[in-house]
Formats: sequence, C-alpha cells, structure tokens
Amino acid sequence: MIELPTLESLNVVVTLPALALVLGAIVLLLVDVFLPERRRWITGWLALIGVLVSLGITLLTTDRTGEAFGGMFVADSFTAFLNVVVLITAAVGILIAMDYLRRTDMNRSEYYFLLLFSTGGMMFMGAANDLIVIFVALELLSIPLYVMSGFRRPETRSEESALKYFLLGAFSSGFLVYGIALIYGATGSTHLPAVWAAVSAIVEGGSSAVYLVLLGAGLIVVALGFKVAAVPFHMWTPDVYEGAPTPVTAFMSVGAKAGGFAALLRVLVIGLPSLIVAEQTAAAWVDALALIAALTMILGNFAAIMQTNLKRMLAYSSIAHAGYILMAVAAAGHPAVANQGVQAALMYLLTYAFTNLGAFGIIIAVERNDGSGVSLDDLRGFSRQRPWLALLMAFFMLSLTGIPLTAGFVGKWYVFWASINAGQVVLAVIGVLTSVVGAFYYVRVIVRMFLEEGSADLAQPRLPRTLRAGLIVAGLGTLIFGVLPFLAADMTTGIQIALAALGGG
Amino acid sequence: MQPTVFVPTDLYVMLSAVLFVMGVLGVLIRRNAILVFMSVELMLNAGNLALVAFARQWGLANGQVFVFFVMTVAAAEVAVGLALIVAIFRTKRSIDIDDLHEMKG
Amino acid sequence: MENFPQLVPLVVFAPLIGLLINLILGRWLGERGVGLVAIGAALTAFGVAVLEWIALANTGYAPSVVEIGILRDWLRIPAAAVDIAWQFRVDTLSVTMMLVVSGIGSLIHIYATGYMHGDKMYPRFFVYLNLFLVFMMLLVTGNNFLVMFVGWEGVGLCSYLLISFWWDKTQKDAKYGTVGWKNSLAGRKAMIVNRIGDFGLLLGIFLVFWTFGTLDFYKPGEVPIAAAHGAAHAGEGEAHAEGEAVVDTHAAETPAEGEALQAQPLSAAMGVFNQAETFLAEGREVNFGPFSLPIQTVLTLITLFFLLGVTGKSAQIPLFVWLPDAMAGPTPVSALIHAATMVTAGVYLIVRSNVFFHAAPFSSAVVTLVGTFTALVGGFIALGQWDIKKVLAYSTVSQLGFMVAAAGLGAYGAAMFHLVTHAFFKALLFLGSGVVIHAMEHGHHHVAHAHAEHGHEEGHHEEEAFDPQDMRNMGGLRHTMPRTYRAYLIGTLALAGIFPFAGFWSKDEILADALNAGFLGGKLEGYIAFGLLFVAALFTAFYMGRQLWMVFFGEPRTEAAKYTGERDFGYPVMVRVLEVLAVGSILIGLINIPSGFWIFDPVLPTHAFTDFLAHTVVYAHAGSAQMLLAFIAVGAGIAMLLLARFIYGRHPVVDGDKDPLEVREQTAGIFAYSNARMYWDETYYRFLEGPFNRAALWLADKLDGTFLHDFVHETLLRDAYNGATRVLTDPVDLGLIDGAVNGVGRLVRWVAGGIRRLQTGYVRVYALSVLFGALLIMVLLLAPLLRQMLGM
Repeated sequence: MIELPTLESLNVVVTLPALALVLGAIVLLLVDVFLPERRRWITGWLALIGVLVSLGITLLTTDRTGEAFGGMFVADSFTAFLNVVVLITAAVGILIAMDYLRRTDMNRSEYYFLLLFSTGGMMFMGAANDLIVIFVALELLSIPLYVMSGFRRPETRSEESALKYFLLGAFSSGFLVYGIALIYGATGSTHLPAVWAAVSAIVEGGSSAVYLVLLGAGLIVVALGFKVAAVPFHMWTPDVYEGAPTPVTAFMSVGAKAGGFAALLRVLVIGLPSLIVAEQTAAAWVDALALIAALTMILGNFAAIMQTNLKRMLAYSSIAHAGYILMAVAAAGHPAVANQGVQAALMYLLTYAFTNLGAFGIIIAVERNDGSGVSLDDLRGFSRQRPWLALLMAFFMLSLTGIPLTAGFVGKWYVFWASINAGQVVLAVIGVLTSVVGAFYYVRVIVRMFLEEGSADLAQPRLPRTLRAGLIVAGLGTLIFGVLPFLAADMTTGIQIALAALGGG
Repeated sequence: MQPTVFVPTDLYVMLSAVLFVMGVLGVLIRRNAILVFMSVELMLNAGNLALVAFARQWGLANGQVFVFFVMTVAAAEVAVGLALIVAIFRTKRSIDIDDLHEMKG
Repeated sequence: MENFPQLVPLVVFAPLIGLLINLILGRWLGERGVGLVAIGAALTAFGVAVLEWIALANTGYAPSVVEIGILRDWLRIPAAAVDIAWQFRVDTLSVTMMLVVSGIGSLIHIYATGYMHGDKMYPRFFVYLNLFLVFMMLLVTGNNFLVMFVGWEGVGLCSYLLISFWWDKTQKDAKYGTVGWKNSLAGRKAMIVNRIGDFGLLLGIFLVFWTFGTLDFYKPGEVPIAAAHGAAHAGEGEAHAEGEAVVDTHAAETPAEGEALQAQPLSAAMGVFNQAETFLAEGREVNFGPFSLPIQTVLTLITLFFLLGVTGKSAQIPLFVWLPDAMAGPTPVSALIHAATMVTAGVYLIVRSNVFFHAAPFSSAVVTLVGTFTALVGGFIALGQWDIKKVLAYSTVSQLGFMVAAAGLGAYGAAMFHLVTHAFFKALLFLGSGVVIHAMEHGHHHVAHAHAEHGHEEGHHEEEAFDPQDMRNMGGLRHTMPRTYRAYLIGTLALAGIFPFAGFWSKDEILADALNAGFLGGKLEGYIAFGLLFVAALFTAFYMGRQLWMVFFGEPRTEAAKYTGERDFGYPVMVRVLEVLAVGSILIGLINIPSGFWIFDPVLPTHAFTDFLAHTVVYAHAGSAQMLLAFIAVGAGIAMLLLARFIYGRHPVVDGDKDPLEVREQTAGIFAYSNARMYWDETYYRFLEGPFNRAALWLADKLDGTFLHDFVHETLLRDAYNGATRVLTDPVDLGLIDGAVNGVGRLVRWVAGGIRRLQTGYVRVYALSVLFGALLIMVLLLAPLLRQMLGM
C-alpha cells in the first residue's frame, strides 16, 4: 500500500534553507551556461548571494521545527545551528577564494557550484533523520570535494590529492553502507528514532541481534571517523590538505568536519544512545570514541610539531581539533551528559570554524601564484611587511592554542567541561596536556612572523577586498565568541535533541 | 505456491561478508587505480546484498529502496572517479597508485 | 558612595581604552602623546582603585560584587545549568592588589617615558604595558577562578611579549649592547615554564568545579562563614551553626544507580569557600564515580595543583629558572612585571584561597618549605652575580620565597604585607638599576666617541666587549649620580630589613610568624622556615651591601663610569620617580606595625593592614612583635652590610679580577658555587638525571631484552627525562618553540618522526590504517560483551 505524499506531509517549509541552497546551485549552473566569458566573475557573487539567502531563511525560520519527507528530514535547533556554521563557512569560503582563483588561473565557475552542492550535503547531514539520508548527504558532501581537491589540474600534487581522497573516501563509503546494512538487518529500519526504539528493545530483550548492531555501529564510526579525520583514519588528511588548492582546503577542513560530526552525533546520540550492553552505564560506543579521541589529540598535536609546510601543519592541527570534538561526542554517550556533550561539540565546531578559516585565509594571502610560499620559513619577518595581517594570524594561532579571550579557549572549555562531567577525567587531562603541546607549533608561527628577520616575499602588493572581508568575518567571529561566549551558548541552549530521543527512556 | 528452496538469510549475509572482505583486501593489495576502485564497488555491492537479504527477512521494501540509492550514488562516484583517473593518466602516464607518493611525512 | 563599587570595571577598561588609542593612533601621537595616554590610563585605574578603597572604608569593609549587564552570564553551559558570570569583586584583598598594581604601575609608566625615549618601538611598548595592566586587573578583580585564570594567562602572554621586546638585531647594534636574540629565547623559556604551572592551576580549577559546582569565590551578598562566626582568629572552631544557617542545598544526595556521573549537587547560593567550610563541618565526602574522597583530601589535592601554578608564576623552586633570564627585557618591565606585580600573582592566589590552604595542613607545609628553600637558594645565588640586574632578579626570587613561605605558615597578612612593601622597594631598585645602566651606556658612548676620533677600529672593538650591566665596570657613581644614589641607598636599606624602612616591618613580621609557628604552634616546618629564612635575610643584607659598594662607592673603575650622569634627556623624570618610590619605601611599612612595638604603638594604629585584610582573608591573623628578634635581625643585617663594606669597599673588583671571596681559599668554593648559580642547571642533571639513569639502566639490565633496553630505556625513559630536565634547566638557549624540535628531546622527535615514517604517501598504507582502526573499534565495541560472556 503506497500512500501518496501530500504537501503537508512533505512539510517543505522546514527544508527551505537547504532547498533554497540546492535550488540556487542548480539555477546558478544554468545561468552560468548563458553568461558570456567576460561576465563570468558574476558567478561567485551569485553563489555568495545564494548562501546568504539560505542563511537568512535559516535565521528567519529557526522556530519552524518538525519533520519532513516522511520523517527522513528533521528540522530542529541542532539543524539550525549547524546550518549557520556551514553557511558561514561557505560564505567565507567563497570570499577567500574569489581573488585566489582569479590570480591562479583557476577561475572556473564549477568551483562555486561544487562548493554549493557540497554545502547542501553538509546541511542535509545536519538534518538527517534516516540512515539513507546520511549516506546520500555524505556522498553529496564528498563527491564535489573530490573534484575540488583536483581543481588545480594538471598540477600533479593537486591531482594526487584528489585521487587519494577519492579512493580512500570511496573505501570508507563501503564501510558506511555495510554498517547501515547491518543495523538495518538488526532493527528493520533506517529511520533513526525507529532504530533507537528497536535497539532499546534488543538490549532489553538480550537478543543476539545486539552483535549486528555493535558491528554496524563500528563500521559507521569508521566511515564518519574518516570524514572528520580521526586517528587512525586520518592519513589522507595531510596529503589532501597540502595538495588541494588552499581555499578548498579551508572549506574542507571546516565544512566536511562539521558535516561529519553532525552525522556522527545524529547516528550515535539519536539512533544508538540506548546501546548499553553488559551492565555498563554508558553507551557501548563511548570507549571506542574515547580511545580514538585520545589517539587523535596525541597524534595530531605531535605530528604537527615536525611540519614545515603551513598547510600540512594546519592539517595535523585540524586532526588534533577533531580529537577535542570527539571527546565531547564520547561524553554525549553518558545519558546524563548527552545534551551537554552535543552542545559542547557544536560550540567547538562554531569557534573552530571561524579560527581555522581565518588561518587559511592568511595563508591564501601569502601564497604565491604557483602554490609555493606556504612554508613556515616564508613567514620570517612577516610582521614587518604586514603588521595587521601578522597580528591577525597571531590571534588565530592563539585561538587555536586555546588562549583565553579567544574563541578557541571557549570551545576547549566547553569540551573539557562536558568530558569531566561525563567522568572522563583521564581524557580531559590528555586534552589539556596535548593542548599544551599544541602551543609549541602554533607559537612557532608567531615567532617566525614577529621575532625573526626575513623578507616574506608577498604575492600581492594589496590585500584583495574579498579576502579582506573574509578575514574580517573570521577575525570578528573569533574575537566576539572569545570575549562574549554566552552569545554562542545562547544559540546552543535550545539544542535538546538527546533528551527528545531519550524521551521514552 | 510454496517456495521449493528457502535460502536462509544467514547464508546471504555470510556471502556478503565474504564479498566485503574480498573488496577490502582488493583495496589493500591492488595497485592499479581502476582495480582498486572496482574493489570498492565490490564492498558497496556486498552492502547491497546484505540490505536486500535483510529486506526480504523483514518483509519490508525500504531496504531494497536503499539499494537503488546506493547504486545511483555509486554511479556518480564512478563518473567522478574515472574522470580523475583519466586526468592523472594524462599527466603521469600511469595509474599505479604506488606512483602517487609525492606528498608524505 | 554606595555606588563607587560600580566604577570598578574601569580599572580594566581604562587601560584597555588607552591601549586601543595607542594601538590605532600611536604612530601619529608622537612620544609625548603616547606617553600621556598610557599614563592617563594607568592613573585612571589608580584613581578608581583609591575610590574603591574609600568606599570600602565607608561601608564597613563590606565586600561587593559588580556585574556588567552584558557579561552577566559570560560563560554558560545550559545543559549543565552552569553560568559563570564575569563579575568584579571589590573587597579588601582585591583593592589592595588594585592599589599596588595601578599605583606602582603608574609610576613605572611615567618612568618608562624617560627610559624608552628614542626607541623606535615606543608606542608598541606602551601598548604592551597597558595590556599587562588590563590582564593584571582582571586577575585581581575577578570574582571567580575562571576570570582569574584568564588574567593569569594574559599576564603570562604580556610577560612573553615584553621579555622578547628587543628581539631584533638592528636594535642590538645600535643602542643596547647585549640584547638581541637572547631576549626572544628568554621569552619563550618564560612562556613554556609558565605553561607547566598553568597546567597545574587549570587542573586545580577543574577539581574545584567538580567538588563545588561553581567557581565563584563568594556569591553576591555572601559573607565568609568564618567571618560571620565572629573572630578572625577562628581557626579551631570550624563554623557549625552559622555554616548551616547560610544555605544548604547539599542535603545528602547520592547519585542514583545507573545515572551517569554529574558534578556534585550544585549550589546556586554559595561560593566555593563557604561551601568548603560547610563541607568540612559536615565531614562530607566528594564523589568521583568509582571512589570518593574525604573533603580534606580533595582540598589537599586542589591546593597542591594550585601550588604548581604558584611555582610557575611566582618563580619558586623548581620552576624559578625562567625569572632570571626574563631580565633580558627592558628594565621597566623587569620592575613592573618581574618584580612588583605579576610574579606576586601566586601569592595572591594562595591568600585568596586561604580557606582551602587552611584546611590542608599538608599542602601548607609543602608551600612553606618550597618558599623557604626558594628564599635561601635565591639569596645564595644573588651573592655571586656580577650583573646588576641578575642580583636583583635572584633577590626577587628570594623575596617571593619569603612571601610564599609566610603564606604557607598561615601568616597571610604578613605575606600580603611583604608583597606590598616589596613592590615599592624592589621597583625602586630595579628602576634605579635601569638609570645606572642607562648612564653607563651613555658614559660608554661618550668614551667610545672620544676613542673613535683617534682610531675607528679600536672604538668598534670595545663596543662588542663592554657590558653596561656588569658591576665590575662601575664604581664611584655616588659622585656622578647623587640623587640616584640616595634613592638606591634607601631601597637597599629597605630590602636589607634595616629599621625603620619598609622591609624591616614586613620581613620581621614573617620571621616572627615563623618563630611562633615553630615554638608556639609546634610545627616542624616553622622551625625550618625560621632558621633558613633568617639565613636568607642575612644573605639579603650581604648581597645588597656588596652591590651598593661595588656600584656607588670607591673610585670609577672604567672610563665609562667616569662619564655617567643623571642630567641628560630622559633622566629627570626617571630620577623623580625613584624619589617618589624612595619615600614610599620609607613610609609604607608603617601601615602594619606590630602591637606593643616601642614608641610606635601608642602613636600609630597597630596591624592596621592585617585587620584591613582580615575582612576578606578569613584566616589572616595579626602578628605579634618579637622585640628581641627585631633587634637581632637588624643588628645582623647591619653587620652583614658592614661585612660587605669590609670585603668589597676595600678591594674594588675590576673586570677580569677575581672576587675577594674567590681569592680567599676558605670562601673560594662557596663563591664559585654561588657565581655558577649553584650549578642549578647541572644540579638537575647530576642529582636527578644521574641516579635516574643508573636506576633505569639497572631496570633495563634486569629486564634484559633488546627491545626493552632500546625502547624503554633509551627512548621512553631517558629521552623523556632528559627532555623534561632540559626544559627546566637550560639557561637560555632552549626556547618554547624550537625547543619542541631541539630541546624537549628526542622523544618528541622520535614520536613525531615515527608518525612521519608511517605517513608514507602510499594510498594502500593509508587504507591499511583504516582497516586497522576498524578492527580496533570492533574489538572495543565487542569487548564488554565478550568479557561478560566469558564471565570475567
């Protein structure tokens, strides 16, 4: 028996932000075909407008919550928060890319469509209420990124990074599909609330299907762990970040991570929070995530020390930051801390987004047209030539270190707090210790800029206006959320997804 | 109209697991990018087989529908993947993935 | 007047506005404008601090908590129902710190306008100074540990910026002799050592939050329990009735089975200190999930973590090694940050947390011993230094030891009192040394120019070798710089603890308290502290006498010293500041004279300062006079000064000569020991590393496996240990940053190198890693079930 969906049951209104973006991307695709060559520069601005329209709709419809498309899509405060993070990332990603693409002869309109589609994928990840949606959204997020990584073709490093990313990404998708299949086999559904109910019944009934669920959960964690660059699924990250064009790296390092964590939280906290076996007090996946988080923080921070290429260093740094967020996700596996863990992870994502985009923005400003000029030594004496830019970079580095009054500190504080409340004291101590290690390489950047002689050979005499706008947004975000963290906290207050899902139990 | 032979779901799932492991091993062992990619497809299809088998077990259609999604997405992946491989071949004259180690460390 | 406390955010925002103006307009304002803006900002803060003081005095010293609307729930964690407000706290302790920081700070700003005259980074310097004030004020005015921590980290950052201020080479050749690369390295060392301490403090703060569910010292309108109890001396009768009367939401709530861990039941109405008192009165246990600890143990842990923070920030053993190197920064910075204010933050932390420390006798004993030994070691090393600023630096380490030791003995009033007096005379001495160094440089330039007229080459040659900070190059400056000399003499007498200068009152109170703790309190650490602190006080008088006689008396020993003076461009303002501080160094001791002291008792209010503090610092108690002790101490101090004259006054030491102490066989060894800074660097190696290596070798031999030997011994144990000891000991050539690669040791390099080797660039290796991770996750997920199945 097939029910034909009515407009009410589709509940399109709540999907408007994501829908607007994807429709915008499609329209852009069509418009671009008819644009004469000399008007091509409009595409970037149109894409930016699309992102801003979507952002506006998101902000206007934050109170419109509910399910759509037969429960596959859910709009709640979690979705809205994630949309904001992702759309800001996309906007800054467009701003910092415009001039770069032009001066490096990569000004092909595809960049903007791909970015918009990938952003759409991220938004669907945040709104996914069904494993199928998670799979499709993940691919929608990833496939454009594969292409964008290779955007600087025929440069071999760019192509190499694209193929590596693609092969390993597809490999991890295989794990995801098989994991979903196993969970479907155990529960008979891919709808997350239904999965939750079924898993609760399985756990209570002591059915042996619990093994299927555990294996399936493990495989899904592998796939999503790959997306967020968690150790030991991280190895693609440095190579891809180094080889991809810098604006792509910037967008990918924040957006893909946000999407990956959104899906991870949806699957684990909504779908599988009741997967509590062997009379433990927390969900079974907590130990695995905690171990991964510890490994990620340690490895990311230590490996970053040895790097001489800025992009590679930030790649390892982004691995390390994934570790901190994982810490919060692990905390969310403790029923009483579930909400706090989710909120902490989201706060971290928000603060990390601004800071990391800003840091990559500065790299774009110093990078030469042939992609060189991004080694640590190229920053010697940077503060002489560009005092303001150097100051801003120092600020971003301090934020990544987690110095108070920067956004980075706020994110860390929330994450550590959630972790401690969940009783993961050892993990929190590892977090604090590794963030001390992190100071080594972040401060090294500051030293290179301010305390060492040299003449950073800058690509452009003047900072392009679009790049400047992007940097200002990133800098303001880092500053405002650093000094007035309650602004961000207010945004996460309404996020109570965990409790909603736990409603029955 | 009784089924003459009823193949239990377990067997399907075992077969799919074997396929999945073969796919994983293929990715690890093969050096030709196209063969690696085919191994990935094998993994996806192992997942598909499991989904279909479970869908039959539960008597539900949604698992089967999921398989269509997976196949569609896999097709998209193929398009992008082959394009990338061709691009690499143009510059490197080789699709051996072990030749791709310019960036490391 | 009731509204005065509302002004308190200005102590933070005035310097903030000042620094913003200078940051944006500094280039166009010129030296005069920049100086005026910065000084104005500092003076505004000082004015507000004075107003706060007046307001306190007029409202019966009732503490108040001030909020800015927008910061009311500054850091909020909705899910945990936690709000951390950014509140300002006005009480006698914070007002004391505000007055010291902004008062001394303003004077040093004024001084710096002269000292930095002509420097091309003049505006930047004042931006940093104001930024420092902002963070220091945050540190002392915050009403909770988090805001305090923000300030704590911030002042560390400013310290780093200001130590490294003269980092560039061009500056090195042009004007300031030896400064240069050394500075940025010293800055990095300061930062890394401080990070170690900060780590301890952060853990302590986390533990505080876990235990009490809040970080606020006291909630608005809350009165310290022990104070409500009546007597400030109420050490024994822990508050009972009043304790429960305040608020108690801590009715016995044990976490329900199966419920995940949460912090302890939250109390919205009580700050941490009153909660600690109630917990103690109830004998409550703190739940840590699998186990629970009695509140005393928890407080001991918290205070030990705090102590780690204190050893970093306040330069105590074993983390004091950064402070002497930090003197590479400009002299006003040495005076403001590394002598008068920032380094006392640790003392402030202990005094602020006196409720915790009072309840943790073990930690207090450790604090006492750490402080005592630091005082002794710092004093001893100062005996053998040639560099005028190094002597003062080690002297600062030593005096901070006095304060920490006093705080550990429970003499919180005495510790704060010494903090205040020390701020005056040590700022005076540092600034005085700055004037001397400046004058020596100018003298040297004068000479070098004269030489240059004869032959270019020679003049340049000497430029490299001359050290304007080396006391052996000085002598006889009392004739060329009389005003500086008089001020410096007062500072010396104050530091040496000669009656009636400021240092006498505060140091005598600490010694008397130590004596009381030993003889009356029967505390072992009291005896130790008294004995060693007394020796340290003798050292103090001796090295200050040595300095005085080497710098100001005798005949000029170099040409440069002959041509010193105090009349040129920057000097008048600098010398005037010295004189103001000199007056302060004479008078400030009178704010806290002990009762029953000779003619002073009837004339002046006794232990006024301690009483003032006692409104806030619950366990502050007034010291009593030990007339005999005072006589002996002053007598011994004068004797040491004269001894210094006997040794150094008669045999002026020229560069290249041996120290008189070195010539005499009996004292040569001692001097060498002190001159080499007690081989502190080597000591770490010899006493820590040697036995450790032997033990590790023994272990490795016993375990006897190639793997264990190579891996465990070589890589894990030895390198890690070497790394750790080198961080602590390497003088300057180990920095935070390159330290990561070069210094912290092969361990980091090994780990990082190993990771790099894994990162081969081959896709198949990466895929293998994914597979490995997948298996790992599977094992972890299935482990509990398998364990259960196997019945383990």
